[in-house]
Amino acid sequence: MRWLETEGGRVPQVTSRLTPADHLGACKARWGINRMNFLVPPGLYAVGEPDAQAPVVVTANYRMTYDIVRGALSGRSVWLLVLETFGINVWCAAGKGTFGTGELVRRIEAVMLSEVVGHRRLILPIMGAAGVSAHRVKKQSGFEVAYACAYAADLPEYLDNGQVTTPRMRELSFNWYDRLVLIPVELVLAVKPIAPVALLVFLAGWLLFGIAAATAATLAFLGAVFTGVAVGPALLPLLPSRSFAVKGAFAGLAYCALLYLFCGGNGWGGTTALAAFLALPAVSSFYTLNFTGCTTYTSRSGVKKEMRLGLPVMAGAVCVALLVLIAGRVLTWGMS
Amino acid sequence: MKGFRYLASVVTLELNAALCVGCGRCVEVCPHQVFRIEEKKAALADRDACMECGACALNCPTSAIKVDAGVGCASGLINEWLREKKLPGLKGSGCCD
Repeated sequence: MRWLETEGGRVPQVTSRLTPADHLGACKARWGINRMNFLVPPGLYAVGEPDAQAPVVVTANYRMTYDIVRGALSGRSVWLLVLETFGINVWCAAGKGTFGTGELVRRIEAVMLSEVVGHRRLILPIMGAAGVSAHRVKKQSGFEVAYACAYAADLPEYLDNGQVTTPRMRELSFNWYDRLVLIPVELVLAVKPIAPVALLVFLAGWLLFGIAAATAATLAFLGAVFTGVAVGPALLPLLPSRSFAVKGAFAGLAYCALLYLFCGGNGWGGTTALAAFLALPAVSSFYTLNFTGCTTYTSRSGVKKEMRLGLPVMAGAVCVALLVLIAGRVLTWGMS
Repeated sequence: MKGFRYLASVVTLELNAALCVGCGRCVEVCPHQVFRIEEKKAALADRDACMECGACALNCPTSAIKVDAGVGCASGLINEWLREKKLPGLKGSGCCD
């Protein structure tokens, strides 16, 4: 580790070139591996050879965030002030308040920033504004907050054009890649709550219909979960309606129709087919609705409305499907 | 946001123009271009684009903006409701715990 001597003490100097190990760490975190321990110690870091007039960029201590920011600052001399967000990214940490006014003011004092730099200006990501109150930071620390851009990739342009934010730098995107990188961890996180439900489906199916039907039902259920978690979000702009619950239901209907066509739907019988077309879209619908937590454009009030209207419909569909299956089974027993 | 719109007429965002001093912070912090400055005062340019992150309200020096901000995913909201009813939640289900 190299150190830079400053008026406020020694500051560690970091490289801005990312190594294969950094990329591997990011890739693992996307799959939920070591994700909650992927962090760097909070504090002040020197990128390049910054002096007392060099800009101060503030970020979170989630390692992936920190890597993206220092990578974007490659070849420059900038101070990097890393806040303690407990390994959470800027946007989520701002929502929780850890990327917040209190932590920023404390960290400014802890690293003696006013001794290290001569100016009184901090550069923050726009997504951090949900946790930081600029006028309170100014009042409590004397530092002016500038919300620079939504993406770290725009930092070089921002720094080069005299630290002016263009309208484009404020815009969020949510393209195919943005959505696809979120899906692995969503799948991994879904496994834990889903496993007991899948087991229950299997056992109930086994008792009522035998092992072959139980296996088929469990696989169909897991497919509906996958459709809701992965396919719905991936195809988001192609699915009809603004409502995520409706988008998920359409994805689930399409999935069920494909099952019917390619997995011997003709032999399912009326009750099984009806139950499948009721329950599977309901499951997919719930999981696509849950993806609202990952998007950059859905509002809490909107999700509340969707849940108030959607959850009873989903629960109703699953209950009716179960009743239809059980009633069908009891009737066949009665006739045999 | 380009290519994406969420439900219309649901957000809780309120702007009290009488309190606004026209500093432009709301324009600066909003990632969805909900505000614009008109005749030295903030105005709502696209209220339905609001995602209720709360950045504008938090950064408004005169508290002219109000919005009910918070967790916006289904499992997070379910956990919130369960907590309100003092029932055990689904722990460890994601980012919003």
